[in-house]
Amino acid sequence: MTNRPKRVTLFIQCIIDSCFPDAAWAMVRVLEKQGVELVHPKDQTCCGQPAFNAGYRQEAARLAERFLDVFEDAEAIVCPSGSCVNMVRHHYAELFEHQPRLLARAEAVAAKTWEFTEYLVDVLGVTDVGAFWKGQVTYHDSCHLLRGLGVADQPRALLRQVRGLELVEMTRSDECCGFGGTFAVKYPEISEALLETKLANVQSTGAETVTGCDMGCLMHMQGMITRRGLPIQVRHIAEILAGEER
Amino acid sequence: MNSPEDYRSSAGKAAADTRLHSALAKMRDKVGRNALNLYTQVDAQADPRLKAKDVRRKVVNNLDVVLTSLAAKITGRGGHVHFAPTDLDAVEYCLGVARRHGVRRVVKGKSMLSEEIGLNAAFEAAGIETVETDLGEYIVQLKGETPSHIIAPAIHYSREQVGELFAEKLGEPYTSDPPTLTAMARKALREKMLTAEMGVSGGNTACAETGHVTIVSNEGNIRMSSTMPRVHVVLLGIEKVAATLEDHDVLLRMLTRAAAGQKISTYVSYVGGPRLEDEPDGPEEFHLVLVDNGRTRILGDPDFREVLHCIRCGCCLNVCPVYLKIGGHSYGTPYCGPIGAVFTPLTRGVNECHHLCQGETLCGACKQVCPVDNDLPRMLSLLRAKLADGDPRWNVRPQSRGTKAAFAAWAWIMSRRPALDLLLRLGRAVQRLLPKPSGWIRRLPGPLSGWTRGRDFPPLAKESFTERWARTRGRKA
Ligand code: SF4
Repeated sequence: MTNRPKRVTLFIQCIIDSCFPDAAWAMVRVLEKQGVELVHPKDQTCCGQPAFNAGYRQEAARLAERFLDVFEDAEAIVCPSGSCVNMVRHHYAELFEHQPRLLARAEAVAAKTWEFTEYLVDVLGVTDVGAFWKGQVTYHDSCHLLRGLGVADQPRALLRQVRGLELVEMTRSDECCGFGGTFAVKYPEISEALLETKLANVQSTGAETVTGCDMGCLMHMQGMITRRGLPIQVRHIAEILAGEER
Repeated sequence: MNSPEDYRSSAGKAAADTRLHSALAKMRDKVGRNALNLYTQVDAQADPRLKAKDVRRKVVNNLDVVLTSLAAKITGRGGHVHFAPTDLDAVEYCLGVARRHGVRRVVKGKSMLSEEIGLNAAFEAAGIETVETDLGEYIVQLKGETPSHIIAPAIHYSREQVGELFAEKLGEPYTSDPPTLTAMARKALREKMLTAEMGVSGGNTACAETGHVTIVSNEGNIRMSSTMPRVHVVLLGIEKVAATLEDHDVLLRMLTRAAAGQKISTYVSYVGGPRLEDEPDGPEEFHLVLVDNGRTRILGDPDFREVLHCIRCGCCLNVCPVYLKIGGHSYGTPYCGPIGAVFTPLTRGVNECHHLCQGETLCGACKQVCPVDNDLPRMLSLLRAKLADGDPRWNVRPQSRGTKAAFAAWAWIMSRRPALDLLLRLGRAVQRLLPKPSGWIRRLPGPLSGWTRGRDFPPLAKESFTERWARTRGRKA
């Protein structure tokens, strides 16, 4: 690849940072194996997505502006979460629609922000990351990753190259898991009904592992799997791509 | 209209109704998830949704001119055109027509607009028998209900339930055989059609260039109810018009595919005035009622004008994961599903309908299948923004001081990494007190308890990524 950046700035989704750091460390291993130098701005927190989706745009805009301050100088920004990248790539422009200066800064940052699998495949041009993972895996298409960023083939291409792994597609992998941020808390009856359907579709593949590129959806699934003691394991795609033979 | 509390409880009930889910899944698989394939029949190269969107955008931006020319064509043929600013005005006008003709019985074609303005109830209150002639509408009318889907009003009923209903209400022997059931309805309805003095139908679209309102159907009931009674009244939302025949064609081809998965519906009726001398049939008197009822207000706001592009195909319902679980009745409003969740708050009050603005996951499936590429998630998100901070232009009050304060506090912390680190340390101490039989948190307090009703919540890790990075690689960065 011609314009392969030497240096990647890590943008770690807030819930991965605080609850699922292993997924981020897995991403670090995969990227370093590709010879990419990583930096991590220590001031980063959250892109503002939860506030934006709930309608609290003033609060979202504060964090968006802060995000620009923190990440502006990066060469390339890579994030293990589709919805956060969608926030930066598409919704920052909505927030700063009437503020030309901020809008220009937001657009410049948006142009160099990538979701992890998108970065591997579309920028680095890699599909075989030399990973090993034993067993059948099914892939969930997260809504914002799929319909916001148009990322569907990249993670699948990566998974197909993982030795020992068999990718089994579930029915309606593109149907929402019911998370939707505060929706999951406000309307638990509806949210759970969506999740039940999602998990039934996961289970009927017979795969022991479900994976995806967005920890929000994955923790939502894991939440019910743990509560009900279902025999499915949940892994962020980075953890699979960092898998090693043992 | 359902209150927000009713919404949550009826949605909750429906969310457990697996029979409802399998009925709706049929629409999902047959129409909803198939829509994109069907659109490629219209144009395999360019995305025909974008062309349709363009057609809609043009006409919605020029409604005054287009409606004037539609009206001129119709009055030129001897029809009457009435512009109704409100639902009440539209209903009054229809009642006036009925009174002048001493109407005792009205036969109706399917019309969501008539649901919106509450026409049936007004007719019944005035002692005018009102009979729905679309099979699905007839079923819900016999049941004393409202439609649960924009296109398929009785989708929530199985054929067995329809069999029982007809046995009870029509005195027919029980059967669950669809053709027999259809024949029963046809027999009952035909008598009504032959004796009704007035027909009412709802336009699916219209063409200003030719001066016609277009009505699609699969049952032939429109043809009868628009030609047999002496008087015919067509209701049309002011936005549902196409400027030219060519534009009309673009929309019609998308509409029948998006609505029913059909290249073209079984019947397409073009109505545009009373019977002319050389015509064999048709009404003696023809009225077109153009209903505004809040639409020009939406037109005036560039943020929401796009919702007027909607051609009411119902396709967004068929892929909405929330609609597919809760069904149409949970919304408690004529228009349900994603389109209803945007249109209804704008016409009936955003505060009153806050549950409609907030009861979705913003998954984007609706936008993906919409034949006119309506960005409903964008508009839902904007409605939520109005609820968060209020908006005098739409008379919206801030919905909750508590939530506002919570998000403000959250933003304050998230603007200061050291504050976040402190909060994480505090959280780790507090979470030791929470029950974690599976390693994940079983019960969260306060408003967050909604999550842990049926799902565990992840605990904070012992060390955040940021903390460990600083500890192990800090100097390098
Ligand atoms: S918003 Fe789009 S999909 Fe939904 S009813 Fe309107 S035209 Fe059809």
